[in-house]
Amino acid sequence: MKAIKIIALVFLVVLVGIQFVPTNRNQSEVVPKSDFMLVNNVPKDVQDKLKVSCYDCHSNNTAYPWYNKIQPAAWFLEDHIKEGKDELNFNEWGEYSDRRKNSKLRSIISQIEDDEMPLDSYTFIHGDAKLSKEEKTEMIQYMTQLKNSL
Amino acid sequence: MKTVKVSLGVMAMAFAVISTSCKNNEKNSNTTIEDAATERAVPMEENRMESSNAAQTDASLTTYLELKNALVNDDQEAAAKAGEKMVGQLKTFKTENYEQDDQQELQDIIEDATEHAEHIAESPIGHQREHFDILSKDMIDLIDIVGTSQKLYQAYCPMYNNNKGAQWLSVTKEIKNPYYGSKMMDCGEVQREIN
Repeated sequence: MKAIKIIALVFLVVLVGIQFVPTNRNQSEVVPKSDFMLVNNVPKDVQDKLKVSCYDCHSNNTAYPWYNKIQPAAWFLEDHIKEGKDELNFNEWGEYSDRRKNSKLRSIISQIEDDEMPLDSYTFIHGDAKLSKEEKTEMIQYMTQLKNSL
Repeated sequence: MKTVKVSLGVMAMAFAVISTSCKNNEKNSNTTIEDAATERAVPMEENRMESSNAAQTDASLTTYLELKNALVNDDQEAAAKAGEKMVGQLKTFKTENYEQDDQQELQDIIEDATEHAEHIAESPIGHQREHFDILSKDMIDLIDIVGTSQKLYQAYCPMYNNNKGAQWLSVTKEIKNPYYGSKMMDCGEVQREIN
């Protein structure tokens, strides 16, 4: 019994301790001119879906869930977001060369087609980020048309 | 005494979990860079002219062809290695000696190709092939600007990517399809000869 108490106490101390480790928050008030929505003429439906399903990890502004302030959840999020932005940052769309836009669109399309994006670990918590069959088709159609117009 | 041991163990475990989950990524990227550097130091078999422009394309072209052969053989591991090697080679590509317009185009090509090579270095074979498709386009465009001393064949498989088709470069006329490998080895045709 005593052992359990001590273990519980140690856990508590560690849990409280790690709350003081600082994290970088991915938040920005400004939407740069190079943003995907500003550079392209994106239909409203697609815009909304992009914001909800993609922009949290693929832009400079994340709509954080409440648990983001609690460690170790915050670390996992930070890591995800960093990786996501390295791969594709919709805020910087206008700065990509046409060649890269083409590559990015190709990947966007195939990732959505294969249900690889949005990530399962993300939609597990963000139910609204899931793409329905119709939404997938709409998104792919738009991205394909954009790719062909490059 | 036992309780102290137990609680120490728990603490150590908690920290281990936390620290590994954070550091994993950094470690990975470090080794990639180091490995690429060692690969680069290995001299190539071809007679090289370090300073000439075509030589720097020939280095990445040789690796591209290694990558192509790996995909023909359905060898994910060898393809990943070639991708990693290519990242290093593309990073050292110098564009200063070209005309202004070409420089911009070359930088775009290199930047794009590097990204695809990076993905090839760490993806399952299906993804490797997707990236190889675009990388092939980059290589073809690169060679159009820079040129090469090698005799090459530009081949085309009309079926890949939902019948959108995909190209690749090869040193032989004979079709060996890197997009399907053993599944459909001879699908494709030669589109043009380079040199």
